[in-house]
Parts: sequence; structure tokens; C-alpha cells
Amino acid sequence: MSVLIFLDQSEGHIKKNSFEAASYGAKVAELLNTTAEGIVFGKVNDDLAALGAYGLKKIHTITNEAVNELDSQVFANVLAQAVGTFAAKVIVFANNVDGKSIAPRLSVKLKAGLVSGAVALPDVSNGFVVKKNVFSGKAFANVAINTEIKIISLNPNSYKINKTEDTAEVAELNIQIPEAKVKVTAVNKVAGEIPLSEAEIVVSGGRGLKGPENWNLITDLAKALGAATACSRPVADADWRPHHEHVGQTGLAIAPNLYFAIGISGAIQHLAGVNRSKVIVVINKDPEAPFFKAADYGIVGDIFEVVPKITEAVKKLKGV
Amino acid sequence: MKILVCISKTPDTTAKITFTDNNTKFAEAGVQFIINPYDEWYALVRAIQIKEADAATQIHLINVGGADSEPIIRKALALGGDEAIRVNAISQDSFYIASQIAEVAKQNNYDLIFTGKETIDYNGSSIGGMLAELLELPYVSLATKFDVNGTTATINREIDGGEEVNEVQLPLVVSCQKGVAEQRIPNMKGIMGARTKPLKVVEPVAVDALTSVVSFELPPPKAGVKLIPADNPEELVRLLHEEAKVF
Ligand SMILES: Cc1cc2nc3c(=O)[nH]c(=O)nc-3n(C[C@H](O)[C@H](O)[C@H](O)COP(=O)(O)OP(=O)(O)OC[C@H]3O[C@@H](n4cnc5c(N)ncnc54)[C@H](O)[C@@H]3O)c2cc1C
Repeated sequence: MSVLIFLDQSEGHIKKNSFEAASYGAKVAELLNTTAEGIVFGKVNDDLAALGAYGLKKIHTITNEAVNELDSQVFANVLAQAVGTFAAKVIVFANNVDGKSIAPRLSVKLKAGLVSGAVALPDVSNGFVVKKNVFSGKAFANVAINTEIKIISLNPNSYKINKTEDTAEVAELNIQIPEAKVKVTAVNKVAGEIPLSEAEIVVSGGRGLKGPENWNLITDLAKALGAATACSRPVADADWRPHHEHVGQTGLAIAPNLYFAIGISGAIQHLAGVNRSKVIVVINKDPEAPFFKAADYGIVGDIFEVVPKITEAVKKLKGV
Repeated sequence: MKILVCISKTPDTTAKITFTDNNTKFAEAGVQFIINPYDEWYALVRAIQIKEADAATQIHLINVGGADSEPIIRKALALGGDEAIRVNAISQDSFYIASQIAEVAKQNNYDLIFTGKETIDYNGSSIGGMLAELLELPYVSLATKFDVNGTTATINREIDGGEEVNEVQLPLVVSCQKGVAEQRIPNMKGIMGARTKPLKVVEPVAVDALTSVVSFELPPPKAGVKLIPADNPEELVRLLHEEAKVF
């Protein structure tokens, strides 16, 4: 018996969401008096033994280049074989783009109940109950997994990474890999940007910015803070900003440590995607803007005057 | 081409979320229900566009739900589905729903099955992947662009920090999000026509759910906003650094 964590990689590097999944999985293993092991698909350049720092005892690799790119059918098939080999009882994914693709398939394959979007450790005092995000961040559900094998996909930035000095044993796994039906013909990545899903700080702009020509207000502050940038839906709809920056009910749901809302009114659909942020700062000239009700800190004022001063103060604090 | 679009009924995006029965049930009283936005705006509209380009295309809609789902099914028909199937069952979990849809899909040989990227109530993002596994079909999740040429689909899929382009042979399952299509409003002709389009009700097959909701809870209320004067933004930065410790 073991807890198996799927360690997701991109361009040869393990993703931050996977470190969270590893720390979480290690803690689940501790609750169940067992060990946590990781599994990595494709060729990775990172030092995998160092992943022991997250509580993993063993890392299984499948370096075959046939699994460098995601085909959910192939990945679920290979994972199911691994689960059988290691008699894994709990499988943990990051609830990111790849987790969302693979975990549901594995759930069917293993007849293992899946809770996607978990935000806390399972309660094992009476069965196996996992708290998950529902109603787009407006509520939580406690969901019981009623099958012998259990699958959890952990929401990004929902579990704190614990690190030790330990190292893990790394071993190649020999497994039958079926042929992929999904061919990846191109990858378009915005180089050098922090992906929104992984960002700890997000600076977000709304219609209050009046036009794309003023976006340096947002990007300057984001740069000073080492933050990712986001926007409200009308901003993406008007093509002031790329669509992947749109957060909210119909865009990306995020939960950074700090969310800076600049010139955003705080419509309920916008809040749905950001209200799990740990700290929310709102800058808006309208004291009645609904966003202030969801905020931790706020400034009622003109963003064109206030934001450059905030950026300066951040730079000063950071000594740049 | 035969397309199946999965349609879920969800509370309106402005609905107040509260619970009854000792926090075990969503309080539906007074709540307006809609077609899950991802299903309607992206999955269904893209299917309609495919049909507009190729009149031989057939669009079937499927919903797993009670008779109270029929208004949203009619609305989807008004937008442009050809016929609808309602599996007369109350949703138990994602696996239960996916199994019901798979049962119907097995009898119809669809070339394409579309779902939304997730529902805005359960946020499972699971039905598409489960369905694909039950039907042993390829699955491309979180599509931001979808094109089909003969039997080859070209799909842009969201990845962290960008997109990748996938090429897959039909049949397959795709979950759709923003970018795949644009929201449409049903017109009068569509609404009138929808009344007479077939809406078939079938009984569910016996399937055991794998998970069950024990209870719901609401997040603790915010302590209230701390306002900082507009002429002292430096104080905000100090508080974020020293009090909130977020950088
Ligand atoms: C089904 C549905 C789904 C939706 N999904 C989403 C979603 O996912 N994400 C989303 O964001 N929206 C979504 N919306 C839209 C949402 O209802 C709002 O319309 C939208 O969030 C408003 O965007 P905004 O705050 O940028 O613009 P506005 O509401 O126009 O707000 C602009 C704000 O800027 C302030 N402002 C203007 N000038 C200044 C200045 N100089 N200094 C300081 N403040 C200034 C104003 O006071 C105002 O509060 C959805 C709507 C529906 C119906």
C-alpha cells in the first residue's frame, strides 16, 4: 500500500503545483501510516532525488519519449498499471491542466472515486472525506470517497509546501506504453511570463484602466512585485488583454496569496474566480464598489494617481 | 457528422449560495437556473457552427436530470440543437452522470462529444474525461479552439502559460472553454421551433456512484476592509509587507 503522486512536468521541469501535490500526498501517507511515492512521465532535467525534500520516499520515472507529451488515454493507462504494481491506495494529482485531463479517466479505469479541486487534507476519522471548492469559490463541499482506491486532485496554492533535507530513491519503471492517438503539432507559450495558475501574487486590471495603452500601470506594479497579470472579462472581451488573463466565473479561478484588483468593480462573477485569494487589495475611486466588501485592504482613489506611487513604494522596499 | 453536446443545469451566476437540510442540500428556492455557461456559450455554439457549415450535421443534446431540467433543454434546442435526450435521474456524482451519458452515446455512434470545461456549481471538470474513458475514446480537455476537417480534428488546448495544438482522429471527446465560440442569444424562430423538436426521456441504468457529498459549508465571512487614505499608498505597501506578510 502507498500514496502515489503524479508529478507533472513542463519542458523538463517539475511544476510548482506538483510540489504542493507532493507535500500534500506525503501528509496523506502519514495519516494512513504508509509511504508516499512520486511518478514522473517523460524526460526531466531536474534532480529528482531532491524531491525527497517534499516527503517522497521513491520517485518512479518513465523516461520513454512516448510520454513526453500528454495523451490522457495513454497516461491513464500507464498510471493504472503503476497503481497496480505498487498497490497504491490513494493517487494525488495537481488540479491543473494535466490533472483535469488524466484524473477523471483514471477514476473510471480503476473504479476509484475522484475528488477534484481539493482544498484540504482528507478527514480519515470516519471514512475518507475531502473538502473541495464548489459553486466557483462561493462554497465548499465535504465529499466522501466510497471506493477502496481514492483519487484526489489538489487545487493550486491550497496546500503549503513543506521542505526537509531528505532525498528520494529514483528508479525507472518498465511499463507497456500504448500508442498515442493525440498528436501535439505545436506548442505556443508566452516566454518568461509567470503562469497565472502558479502565481503567488496577481495584479489585475479592469475597465477602470480605460484602455490597453494604460496597462503599464498594471505591468509595472506586477514587475515590481514579481507578480502575474490578470484582467476582468470585459477587458479580455475588448482584446485589451489576452484571453488567458481573464479571471472569474467564466475565466480562470485563482487563489494567490495576494490579489491586487485595480479599477475592477467586483461583480459577483468576477469575485467567483478570485475570492479564494488569501489577501485581496482593491483600488477603486468609487467607495460603493462591491469589491470593497470582499477586500482585506483598500484605497478609495484614482488609480492613475495611486498605483504609480504603490509601484514606487514597492520598489523602494525591495531596494530596486 | 453526429455531435452530442452535454448540457448541465446550474444556478444563475448571480444566485445566492445557501444550503438547507442541515447543510446537505443546495437551497433552490427562488434561484434562477441556466444552462451551464461553458456548455451553452462554447460547446453548443461550436456544434451549431459546424452544422451551419455542413447541413448534414446532426446535433443531439443530453442532460441527466429531472423534469425541472426541461426549460434549459428547450432553450438549448432554441439555440440550435436538433433533438434532446433527458436521462431521468438525479445526479449523484460525476461518475454516475458520465455513465448515463456513455450508455446513450454507445447506442448512437457520435463522431464528436462536446462538454463544457466544468460546471459552475460542482466545478468537477470530470465528465468529459470519464466519458472518454467509458467509451475508450481520445479526450482533449480545456479546448480554446476547435476545427474539424474530414475526420481530423485540430484543437488548441490550454496548457500552463500557453496553448498546444493537438491533432486527433474522430471520434473523440472535447471539453470546451472560452475561445472555442462566442455566446449567442436564441432568436424567435429558434424559440418557436424548439417547442416541436423531439425531447426524448429515457430511464437511467443502474450505476453505483463512487463519491457522495456529506455536507456543504460557506467560507467564513471576511473581517472587513482596512481602508488606507489615497494620499498615503506607502502605508498600504508597509501593511502588506509587515502585517499581511505577502511579500
Ligand atoms: C454569466 C456571466 C459570467 C461572467 N463572468 C465573468 C468573469 O468570469 N470575470 C469577470 O471579470 N466578469 C464576468 N462577468 C461580467 C461581470 O458581471 C462584470 O460586468 C465585469 O466583471 C465588470 O468588469 P470591470 O470590473 O472591469 O468593469 P466595471 O464594472 O465597468 O468596473 C470598472 C471599475 O473601475 C472603477 N474606476 C474607473 N475609473 C477609475 C479610476 N480612474 N480610478 C479608480 N477606479 C476607477 C469604477 O469605479 C468601477 O468600479 C460575467 C457576467 C455574466 C453575466
